[in-house]
Amino acid sequence: MNAAIAISDQDNVATALEALEPGRVLDIAGSRIVVGAPIPRGHKIALRSIRAGEAVIKYGSPIGTASADIAPGMHVHTHNVESTRGRGDLGR
Amino acid sequence: MAADFLGYKRPDGRIGVRNHVLVVPTVICAAVVAERIANAVPNGAALPHLAGCGQLGPDRRVTHETLAAYCGHPNVGAVLVVALGCEQVIAQHLADAARKAGKAAHVIAIQGEGGTLRTTERGIEIARQMAAELESQRRESCDLSSLILCVKCGGSDYTSGLAANPALGRVADRLVDAGGAAVLGEIAEIMGAEHLLAARAAAPEPAAQLLRVVSRVEAEAIALGLDIRGTQPSPGNIRGGLTTIEEKSLGATHKGGEHTPLTDVVGYSAPVTKRGLTVMDTPGLDVEAVTGMVGGGAQVVVFTTGLGTPTGNPIAPVIKITGNAQTGQSMADNLDLDVSGILDGRETLDGAADRLLAEVIEVCSGKATATERLGHREFAIHRRNPTF
Repeated sequence: MNAAIAISDQDNVATALEALEPGRVLDIAGSRIVVGAPIPRGHKIALRSIRAGEAVIKYGSPIGTASADIAPGMHVHTHNVESTRGRGDLGR
Repeated sequence: MAADFLGYKRPDGRIGVRNHVLVVPTVICAAVVAERIANAVPNGAALPHLAGCGQLGPDRRVTHETLAAYCGHPNVGAVLVVALGCEQVIAQHLADAARKAGKAAHVIAIQGEGGTLRTTERGIEIARQMAAELESQRRESCDLSSLILCVKCGGSDYTSGLAANPALGRVADRLVDAGGAAVLGEIAEIMGAEHLLAARAAAPEPAAQLLRVVSRVEAEAIALGLDIRGTQPSPGNIRGGLTTIEEKSLGATHKGGEHTPLTDVVGYSAPVTKRGLTVMDTPGLDVEAVTGMVGGGAQVVVFTTGLGTPTGNPIAPVIKITGNAQTGQSMADNLDLDVSGILDGRETLDGAADRLLAEVIEVCSGKATATERLGHREFAIHRRNPTF
Protein backbone atom coordinates (compact mmCIF):
# COMPACT_ATOMS: atom_id res chain seq x y z
CA MET A 1 0.00 0.00 0.00
CA ASN A 2 1.28 3.44 -0.93
CA ALA A 3 1.45 6.03 1.84
CA ALA A 4 0.15 8.71 -0.54
CA ILE A 5 -1.26 8.72 -4.05
CA ALA A 6 -1.42 11.16 -6.94
CA ILE A 7 -4.17 10.62 -9.50
CA SER A 8 -2.88 12.36 -12.62
CA ASP A 9 0.69 13.00 -13.71
CA GLN A 10 -0.24 16.69 -13.91
CA ASP A 11 -1.05 16.80 -10.19
CA ASN A 12 1.18 18.92 -7.95
CA VAL A 13 -0.34 17.40 -4.79
CA ALA A 14 -0.89 13.84 -3.54
CA THR A 15 -3.38 12.50 -0.97
CA ALA A 16 -1.97 10.88 2.18
CA LEU A 17 -3.52 7.46 2.77
CA GLU A 18 -2.07 7.39 6.28
CA ALA A 19 -0.83 10.06 8.70
CA LEU A 20 2.64 11.23 7.57
CA GLU A 21 5.32 12.44 10.02
CA PRO A 22 7.98 15.04 9.11
CA GLY A 23 11.23 13.58 7.84
CA ARG A 24 9.68 10.52 6.26
CA VAL A 25 10.83 9.95 2.68
CA LEU A 26 8.19 8.96 0.13
CA ASP A 27 8.33 7.86 -3.47
CA ILE A 28 5.18 9.22 -5.11
CA ALA A 29 4.62 8.90 -8.84
CA GLY A 30 8.36 8.69 -9.43
CA SER A 31 9.25 11.71 -7.25
CA ARG A 32 11.20 11.54 -4.01
CA ILE A 33 9.39 13.68 -1.43
CA VAL A 34 10.59 14.43 2.10
CA VAL A 35 7.57 15.06 4.35
CA GLY A 36 7.96 18.62 5.70
CA ALA A 37 5.03 18.89 8.12
CA PRO A 38 2.58 16.54 9.81
CA ILE A 39 0.00 15.49 7.19
CA PRO A 40 -3.21 13.95 8.58
CA ARG A 41 -4.63 10.93 6.78
CA GLY A 42 -6.71 12.08 3.81
CA HIS A 43 -4.99 15.46 3.56
CA LYS A 44 -2.74 16.66 0.75
CA ILE A 45 1.02 16.94 0.46
CA ALA A 46 2.81 19.14 -2.12
CA LEU A 47 4.77 17.17 -4.72
CA ARG A 48 6.51 20.23 -6.15
CA SER A 49 7.13 23.81 -5.25
CA ILE A 50 3.87 25.73 -5.76
CA ARG A 51 4.13 29.52 -5.88
CA ALA A 52 1.47 31.85 -4.44
CA GLY A 53 -1.07 32.51 -7.20
CA GLU A 54 -0.35 29.23 -8.96
CA ALA A 55 -3.08 26.60 -9.48
CA VAL A 56 -3.15 23.59 -7.17
CA ILE A 57 -3.81 20.55 -9.40
CA LYS A 58 -5.49 17.29 -8.34
CA TYR A 59 -7.32 14.80 -10.60
CA GLY A 60 -5.55 16.70 -13.42
CA SER A 61 -7.71 19.80 -12.84
CA PRO A 62 -7.33 22.96 -10.73
CA ILE A 63 -8.83 22.67 -7.24
CA GLY A 64 -7.94 26.25 -6.22
CA THR A 65 -5.11 28.77 -6.08
CA ALA A 66 -2.16 28.75 -3.69
CA SER A 67 -2.45 31.72 -1.31
CA ALA A 68 1.18 31.34 -0.18
CA ASP A 69 4.34 29.74 -1.53
CA ILE A 70 4.21 26.01 -0.76
CA ALA A 71 7.41 23.93 -0.65
CA PRO A 72 7.49 20.24 -1.68
CA GLY A 73 6.51 17.98 1.23
CA MET A 74 4.34 20.61 2.96
CA HIS A 75 0.70 20.31 4.00
CA VAL A 76 -1.71 21.74 1.38
CA HIS A 77 -5.11 22.70 2.76
CA THR A 78 -7.39 25.64 3.59
CA HIS A 79 -4.52 27.61 5.21
CA ASN A 80 -2.65 27.94 1.91
CA VAL A 81 -5.25 27.28 -0.83
CA GLU A 82 -8.13 29.56 -1.86
CA SER A 83 -11.17 28.40 -3.79
CA THR A 84 -11.90 30.44 -6.90
CA ARG A 85 -15.59 29.49 -7.16
CA GLY A 86 -18.76 30.83 -5.55
CA ARG A 87 -16.86 33.54 -3.66
CA GLY A 88 -19.54 36.13 -2.87
CA ASP A 89 -17.33 37.33 0.00
CA LEU A 90 -14.81 38.79 -2.45
CA GLY A 91 -17.28 41.22 -4.06
CA ARG A 92 -17.78 41.30 -7.78
CA MET B 1 -22.55 -11.13 -14.93
CA ALA B 2 -26.33 -11.51 -14.59
CA ALA B 3 -27.96 -9.14 -17.09
CA ASP B 4 -31.42 -9.34 -15.55
CA PHE B 5 -33.16 -8.59 -12.29
CA LEU B 6 -36.60 -9.45 -10.96
CA GLY B 7 -38.87 -6.42 -11.09
CA TYR B 8 -42.53 -5.42 -11.35
CA LYS B 9 -43.78 -4.76 -14.89
CA ARG B 10 -46.21 -1.85 -14.74
CA PRO B 11 -49.15 -1.20 -17.09
CA ASP B 12 -47.42 1.94 -18.45
CA GLY B 13 -44.35 -0.09 -19.47
CA ARG B 14 -42.11 1.11 -16.65
CA ILE B 15 -40.39 -1.32 -14.29
CA GLY B 16 -40.57 -1.13 -10.49
CA VAL B 17 -38.13 -2.64 -8.00
CA ARG B 18 -40.51 -2.22 -5.02
CA ASN B 19 -44.28 -2.51 -4.67
CA HIS B 20 -45.35 0.11 -2.13
CA VAL B 21 -48.79 1.31 -1.12
CA LEU B 22 -48.04 5.02 -1.23
CA VAL B 23 -49.90 7.27 1.20
CA VAL B 24 -49.55 10.87 0.05
CA PRO B 25 -50.54 13.86 2.16
CA THR B 26 -51.43 16.76 -0.12
CA VAL B 27 -50.29 19.23 2.52
CA ILE B 28 -48.29 19.32 5.76
CA CYS B 29 -51.58 19.37 7.69
CA ALA B 30 -52.31 15.80 6.51
CA ALA B 31 -48.79 14.46 7.05
CA VAL B 32 -49.29 12.84 10.47
CA VAL B 33 -52.47 11.05 9.41
CA ALA B 34 -50.76 9.82 6.23
CA GLU B 35 -47.80 8.47 8.23
CA ARG B 36 -50.07 6.65 10.69
CA ILE B 37 -51.93 5.00 7.83
CA ALA B 38 -48.74 3.95 6.03
CA ASN B 39 -47.22 2.54 9.22
CA ALA B 40 -50.24 0.25 9.69
CA VAL B 41 -49.98 -1.32 6.23
CA PRO B 42 -47.52 -3.90 4.79
CA ASN B 43 -45.20 -2.14 2.30
CA GLY B 44 -46.85 1.16 3.22
CA ALA B 45 -44.84 4.30 2.51
CA ALA B 46 -45.83 7.87 3.33
CA LEU B 47 -44.49 11.11 1.88
CA PRO B 48 -44.57 13.50 4.84
CA HIS B 49 -43.65 16.97 3.58
CA LEU B 50 -43.72 20.59 4.69
CA ALA B 51 -45.50 22.16 1.72
CA GLY B 52 -48.78 21.94 -0.15
CA CYS B 53 -50.10 25.40 0.75
CA GLY B 54 -48.84 28.95 0.97
CA GLN B 55 -46.80 28.55 -2.19
CA LEU B 56 -46.86 30.51 -5.44
CA GLY B 57 -45.36 30.03 -8.89
CA PRO B 58 -42.38 27.70 -9.23
CA ASP B 59 -42.52 26.29 -5.67
CA ARG B 60 -46.20 25.43 -6.03
CA ARG B 61 -45.46 23.71 -9.33
CA VAL B 62 -42.46 21.79 -7.97
CA THR B 63 -44.41 20.54 -4.92
CA HIS B 64 -47.25 19.34 -7.11
CA GLU B 65 -45.01 17.79 -9.75
CA THR B 66 -42.88 16.00 -7.16
CA LEU B 67 -45.89 14.48 -5.40
CA ALA B 68 -47.47 13.54 -8.75
CA ALA B 69 -44.20 11.95 -9.90
CA TYR B 70 -44.15 9.72 -6.80
CA CYS B 71 -47.80 8.75 -7.45
CA GLY B 72 -46.86 7.60 -10.95
CA HIS B 73 -43.53 6.05 -9.93
CA PRO B 74 -42.96 2.39 -10.89
CA ASN B 75 -41.86 1.46 -7.33
CA VAL B 76 -45.43 2.23 -6.25
CA GLY B 77 -48.26 -0.29 -6.70
CA ALA B 78 -51.23 1.74 -5.43
CA VAL B 79 -51.85 5.24 -4.07
CA LEU B 80 -53.98 6.66 -1.27
CA VAL B 81 -54.09 10.45 -1.24
CA VAL B 82 -54.86 12.03 2.13
CA ALA B 83 -56.14 15.58 1.75
CA LEU B 84 -57.13 18.10 4.37
CA GLY B 85 -59.80 19.75 2.23
CA CYS B 86 -58.89 23.45 1.95
CA GLU B 87 -55.32 23.25 0.63
CA GLN B 88 -53.66 24.31 -2.58
CA VAL B 89 -52.40 20.96 -3.90
CA ILE B 90 -55.28 19.25 -5.65
CA ALA B 91 -55.79 15.70 -4.39
CA GLN B 92 -57.62 14.51 -7.50
CA HIS B 93 -54.72 15.56 -9.71
CA LEU B 94 -52.41 13.34 -7.66
CA ALA B 95 -54.83 10.43 -7.90
CA ASP B 96 -55.06 11.03 -11.66
CA ALA B 97 -51.26 10.80 -11.95
CA ALA B 98 -51.43 7.34 -10.34
CA ARG B 99 -54.35 6.20 -12.50
CA LYS B 100 -52.64 7.44 -15.65
CA ALA B 101 -49.78 5.05 -14.79
CA GLY B 102 -52.32 2.21 -14.40
CA LYS B 103 -52.42 2.13 -10.57
CA ALA B 104 -55.38 1.99 -8.21
CA ALA B 105 -55.86 5.34 -6.47
CA HIS B 106 -58.20 6.65 -3.81
CA VAL B 107 -58.68 10.04 -2.13
CA ILE B 108 -59.87 10.75 1.40
CA ALA B 109 -60.05 14.14 3.12
CA ILE B 110 -59.71 14.86 6.82
CA GLN B 111 -62.39 17.56 6.75
CA GLY B 112 -64.69 15.26 4.75
CA GLU B 113 -64.18 12.12 6.85
CA GLY B 114 -64.60 14.06 10.06
CA GLY B 115 -61.28 14.35 11.86
CA THR B 116 -58.02 12.54 12.55
CA LEU B 117 -59.40 9.34 14.08
CA ARG B 118 -62.05 8.62 11.48
CA THR B 119 -59.70 9.47 8.58
CA THR B 120 -56.92 7.29 9.98
CA GLU B 121 -59.32 4.37 10.47
CA ARG B 122 -60.85 4.71 7.00
CA GLY B 123 -57.41 5.21 5.41
CA ILE B 124 -55.99 2.06 7.03
CA GLU B 125 -58.99 0.09 5.78
CA ILE B 126 -58.49 1.31 2.18
CA ALA B 127 -54.70 0.94 2.23
CA ARG B 128 -54.84 -2.59 3.67
CA GLN B 129 -57.16 -3.62 0.88
CA MET B 130 -54.74 -2.12 -1.64
CA ALA B 131 -51.84 -4.00 -0.01
CA ALA B 132 -53.79 -7.28 -0.20
CA GLU B 133 -54.39 -6.73 -3.91
CA LEU B 134 -50.72 -5.97 -4.53
CA GLU B 135 -49.71 -9.27 -2.91
CA SER B 136 -50.83 -11.16 -6.01
CA GLN B 137 -48.38 -9.23 -8.21
CA ARG B 138 -45.23 -11.22 -8.95
CA ARG B 139 -41.72 -10.15 -9.84
CA GLU B 140 -40.64 -11.02 -13.39
CA SER B 141 -37.33 -11.07 -15.20
CA CYS B 142 -36.49 -7.54 -16.40
CA ASP B 143 -33.63 -6.17 -18.45
CA LEU B 144 -31.03 -3.86 -16.88
CA SER B 145 -31.82 -1.32 -19.60
CA SER B 146 -35.07 -0.54 -17.74
CA LEU B 147 -33.16 0.91 -14.77
CA ILE B 148 -32.56 4.55 -13.98
CA LEU B 149 -29.80 4.68 -11.38
CA CYS B 150 -29.56 7.72 -9.11
CA VAL B 151 -25.90 8.36 -8.23
CA LYS B 152 -25.35 10.34 -5.05
CA CYS B 153 -22.62 11.08 -2.54
CA GLY B 154 -22.85 12.59 0.92
CA GLY B 155 -20.65 12.98 3.97
CA SER B 156 -17.71 12.95 1.56
CA ASP B 157 -14.09 12.65 2.59
CA TYR B 158 -10.85 11.99 0.72
CA THR B 159 -11.85 8.37 0.09
CA SER B 160 -15.02 9.37 -1.80
CA GLY B 161 -13.24 10.75 -4.85
CA LEU B 162 -10.52 8.09 -4.81
CA ALA B 163 -12.52 4.91 -4.22
CA ALA B 164 -16.32 4.84 -3.81
CA ASN B 165 -17.22 7.45 -6.46
CA PRO B 166 -15.02 6.00 -9.24
CA ALA B 167 -16.34 2.50 -8.41
CA LEU B 168 -19.90 3.81 -8.68
CA GLY B 169 -19.00 5.62 -11.91
CA ARG B 170 -17.92 2.32 -13.42
CA VAL B 171 -21.30 0.83 -12.48
CA ALA B 172 -23.05 3.82 -14.12
CA ASP B 173 -20.94 3.23 -17.25
CA ARG B 174 -21.85 -0.46 -17.35
CA LEU B 175 -25.53 0.23 -16.82
CA VAL B 176 -25.56 2.83 -19.58
CA ASP B 177 -23.58 0.49 -21.86
CA ALA B 178 -26.41 -2.03 -21.24
CA GLY B 179 -28.99 0.56 -22.37
CA GLY B 180 -29.91 2.05 -19.00
CA ALA B 181 -29.68 5.54 -17.57
CA ALA B 182 -28.03 7.35 -14.68
CA VAL B 183 -29.00 10.63 -13.03
CA LEU B 184 -26.63 12.95 -11.18
CA GLY B 185 -27.79 16.01 -9.20
CA GLU B 186 -26.20 18.49 -6.77
CA ILE B 187 -25.26 21.33 -9.09
CA ALA B 188 -23.13 23.08 -6.46
CA GLU B 189 -21.02 19.93 -6.33
CA ILE B 190 -20.42 20.00 -10.07
CA MET B 191 -18.91 23.50 -9.74
CA GLY B 192 -15.25 23.08 -10.67
CA ALA B 193 -15.79 19.86 -12.63
CA GLU B 194 -18.35 21.04 -15.18
CA HIS B 195 -15.72 21.13 -17.93
CA LEU B 196 -15.24 17.36 -17.64
CA LEU B 197 -18.97 16.59 -17.89
CA ALA B 198 -19.51 19.12 -20.69
CA ALA B 199 -16.69 17.48 -22.66
CA ARG B 200 -18.64 14.19 -22.50
CA ALA B 201 -21.87 15.72 -23.81
CA ALA B 202 -23.55 13.76 -26.59
CA ALA B 203 -24.59 17.03 -28.30
CA PRO B 204 -23.87 20.77 -27.86
CA GLU B 205 -27.20 21.48 -26.14
CA PRO B 206 -26.78 19.44 -22.93
CA ALA B 207 -23.26 20.88 -22.53
CA ALA B 208 -24.58 24.44 -22.85
CA GLN B 209 -27.48 23.69 -20.48
CA LEU B 210 -25.12 22.24 -17.89
CA LEU B 211 -22.85 25.30 -17.99
CA ARG B 212 -25.90 27.60 -17.68
CA VAL B 213 -27.25 25.75 -14.63
CA VAL B 214 -23.86 25.70 -12.87
CA SER B 215 -23.38 29.43 -13.59
CA ARG B 216 -26.82 30.19 -12.17
CA VAL B 217 -26.10 28.33 -8.93
CA GLU B 218 -22.71 30.03 -8.60
CA ALA B 219 -24.31 33.43 -9.24
CA GLU B 220 -26.88 32.71 -6.52
CA ALA B 221 -24.12 31.99 -4.02
CA ILE B 222 -22.23 35.13 -5.06
CA ALA B 223 -25.43 37.25 -4.88
CA LEU B 224 -25.71 36.36 -1.18
CA GLY B 225 -22.35 38.07 -0.68
CA LEU B 226 -21.07 35.02 1.18
CA ASP B 227 -18.25 32.55 0.76
CA ILE B 228 -19.74 29.23 -0.37
CA ARG B 229 -17.06 27.58 1.78
CA GLY B 230 -19.39 28.15 4.73
CA THR B 231 -21.20 25.05 3.51
CA GLN B 232 -19.29 23.74 0.48
CA PRO B 233 -17.18 21.90 1.39
CA SER B 234 -18.91 21.24 4.72
CA PRO B 235 -16.90 21.43 7.96
CA GLY B 236 -16.77 17.62 8.01
CA ASN B 237 -15.55 17.52 4.41
CA ILE B 238 -12.72 19.92 5.36
CA ARG B 239 -11.70 17.86 8.40
CA GLY B 240 -11.71 14.87 6.05
CA GLY B 241 -9.10 16.58 3.85
CA LEU B 242 -11.20 18.28 1.15
CA THR B 243 -9.98 21.87 0.74
CA THR B 244 -12.26 23.53 -1.84
CA ILE B 245 -15.56 23.01 -3.65
CA GLU B 246 -13.55 22.39 -6.83
CA GLU B 247 -11.77 19.46 -5.19
CA LYS B 248 -15.03 18.09 -3.78
CA SER B 249 -16.73 18.43 -7.18
CA LEU B 250 -13.92 16.75 -9.09
CA GLY B 251 -14.16 13.77 -6.75
CA ALA B 252 -17.96 13.81 -6.75
CA THR B 253 -18.52 13.81 -10.51
CA HIS B 254 -16.58 10.54 -10.85
CA LYS B 255 -19.79 8.83 -9.75
CA GLY B 256 -21.47 9.89 -13.00
CA GLY B 257 -19.17 7.56 -14.93
CA GLU B 258 -15.88 7.76 -16.75
CA HIS B 259 -17.17 7.62 -20.35
CA THR B 260 -20.99 7.74 -20.13
CA PRO B 261 -22.22 10.57 -22.38
CA LEU B 262 -24.09 13.53 -20.88
CA THR B 263 -27.41 13.35 -22.73
CA ASP B 264 -29.77 15.69 -20.87
CA VAL B 265 -30.13 18.36 -18.18
CA VAL B 266 -33.53 18.51 -16.46
CA GLY B 267 -35.29 20.49 -13.74
CA TYR B 268 -36.02 19.29 -10.21
CA SER B 269 -38.15 16.11 -10.15
CA ALA B 270 -38.63 16.28 -13.95
CA PRO B 271 -38.75 12.92 -15.77
CA VAL B 272 -35.46 11.34 -16.85
CA THR B 273 -36.27 10.28 -20.41
CA LYS B 274 -32.90 9.79 -22.11
CA ARG B 275 -30.44 6.92 -21.92
CA GLY B 276 -26.96 7.91 -20.79
CA LEU B 277 -26.29 10.46 -18.05
CA THR B 278 -28.88 13.07 -17.11
CA VAL B 279 -27.93 15.93 -14.79
CA MET B 280 -30.82 17.14 -12.60
CA ASP B 281 -30.95 20.64 -11.14
CA THR B 282 -31.01 19.81 -7.41
CA PRO B 283 -29.32 21.35 -4.39
CA GLY B 284 -26.49 19.48 -2.67
CA LEU B 285 -28.58 18.85 0.45
CA ASP B 286 -28.76 15.03 0.41
CA VAL B 287 -32.44 14.40 1.09
CA GLU B 288 -33.71 17.12 -1.28
CA ALA B 289 -31.39 15.81 -3.99
CA VAL B 290 -32.44 12.16 -3.65
CA THR B 291 -36.13 13.15 -3.37
CA GLY B 292 -35.88 14.98 -6.70
CA MET B 293 -33.97 12.26 -8.56
CA VAL B 294 -36.36 9.51 -7.42
CA GLY B 295 -39.17 11.84 -8.53
CA GLY B 296 -37.45 11.90 -11.92
CA GLY B 297 -37.98 8.15 -12.14
CA ALA B 298 -34.86 6.59 -10.60
CA GLN B 299 -35.88 3.22 -9.14
CA VAL B 300 -32.66 2.68 -7.17
CA VAL B 301 -30.07 4.94 -5.56
CA VAL B 302 -26.40 4.23 -4.90
CA PHE B 303 -25.13 6.66 -2.28
CA THR B 304 -21.40 6.82 -1.52
CA THR B 305 -20.19 8.18 1.80
CA GLY B 306 -16.80 8.66 3.41
CA LEU B 307 -17.90 9.84 6.85
CA GLY B 308 -21.14 7.81 6.90
CA THR B 309 -24.76 8.98 6.58
CA PRO B 310 -28.03 7.20 7.41
CA THR B 311 -30.61 8.73 5.03
CA GLY B 312 -32.88 6.78 2.68
CA ASN B 313 -36.04 7.39 0.63
CA PRO B 314 -39.69 6.38 1.12
CA ILE B 315 -40.03 4.38 -2.12
CA ALA B 316 -36.56 3.73 -3.59
CA PRO B 317 -33.92 1.49 -2.02
CA VAL B 318 -30.76 3.47 -1.23
CA ILE B 319 -27.56 1.40 -1.31
CA LYS B 320 -24.85 2.91 0.92
CA ILE B 321 -21.19 2.28 0.09
CA THR B 322 -18.01 3.59 1.67
CA GLY B 323 -14.36 3.66 0.70
CA ASN B 324 -13.31 4.49 4.27
CA ALA B 325 -12.39 1.35 6.24
CA GLN B 326 -12.90 3.07 9.61
CA THR B 327 -16.40 4.23 8.64
CA GLY B 328 -17.06 0.74 7.29
CA GLN B 329 -16.61 -0.53 10.84
CA SER B 330 -17.95 2.37 12.90
CA MET B 331 -21.17 2.78 10.88
CA ALA B 332 -21.60 -0.80 9.69
CA ASP B 333 -25.35 -0.88 10.37
CA ASN B 334 -25.91 2.02 7.92
CA LEU B 335 -23.81 0.55 5.11
CA ASP B 336 -24.34 -2.08 2.43
CA LEU B 337 -20.88 -2.32 0.86
CA ASP B 338 -17.32 -1.51 1.92
CA VAL B 339 -14.96 -0.79 -0.98
CA SER B 340 -12.03 0.44 1.13
CA GLY B 341 -9.91 -2.34 -0.36
CA ILE B 342 -9.45 -0.08 -3.40
CA LEU B 343 -7.21 2.22 -1.35
CA ASP B 344 -5.10 -0.38 0.41
CA GLY B 345 -4.66 -2.57 -2.65
CA ARG B 346 -6.94 -5.45 -1.63
CA GLU B 347 -9.31 -4.77 -4.51
CA THR B 348 -9.29 -3.09 -7.92
CA LEU B 349 -11.80 -0.44 -8.98
CA ASP B 350 -13.20 -2.89 -11.52
CA GLY B 351 -13.48 -5.61 -8.88
CA ALA B 352 -15.37 -3.23 -6.58
CA ALA B 353 -17.63 -2.22 -9.48
CA ASP B 354 -18.41 -5.92 -10.13
CA ARG B 355 -19.49 -6.35 -6.51
CA LEU B 356 -21.50 -3.13 -6.52
CA LEU B 357 -23.35 -4.03 -9.74
CA ALA B 358 -24.18 -7.46 -8.28
CA GLU B 359 -25.53 -5.70 -5.17
CA VAL B 360 -27.64 -3.33 -7.32
CA ILE B 361 -29.14 -6.33 -9.14
CA GLU B 362 -29.92 -8.14 -5.88
CA VAL B 363 -31.46 -5.04 -4.31
CA CYS B 364 -33.55 -4.37 -7.43
CA SER B 365 -34.75 -7.99 -7.17
CA GLY B 366 -35.96 -7.44 -3.59
CA LYS B 367 -32.99 -7.60 -1.19
CA ALA B 368 -33.50 -5.00 1.57
CA THR B 369 -30.89 -2.28 1.99
CA ALA B 370 -29.56 -0.95 5.30
CA THR B 371 -31.75 2.14 4.92
CA GLU B 372 -34.84 -0.04 4.44
CA ARG B 373 -33.99 -2.31 7.39
CA LEU B 374 -33.51 0.71 9.65
CA GLY B 375 -36.64 2.52 8.45
CA HIS B 376 -34.79 5.52 6.96
CA ARG B 377 -37.40 7.08 4.66
CA GLU B 378 -36.32 10.73 4.52
CA PHE B 379 -38.24 12.92 2.07
CA ALA B 380 -37.89 16.67 1.42
CA ILE B 381 -39.12 18.70 -1.53
CA HIS B 382 -36.77 21.47 -2.61
CA ARG B 383 -38.15 25.00 -2.20
CA ARG B 384 -36.61 28.22 -3.49
CA ASN B 385 -39.03 31.01 -2.59
CA PRO B 386 -40.77 32.48 0.44
CA THR B 387 -43.88 30.82 1.86
CA PHE B 388 -46.90 33.12 1.88
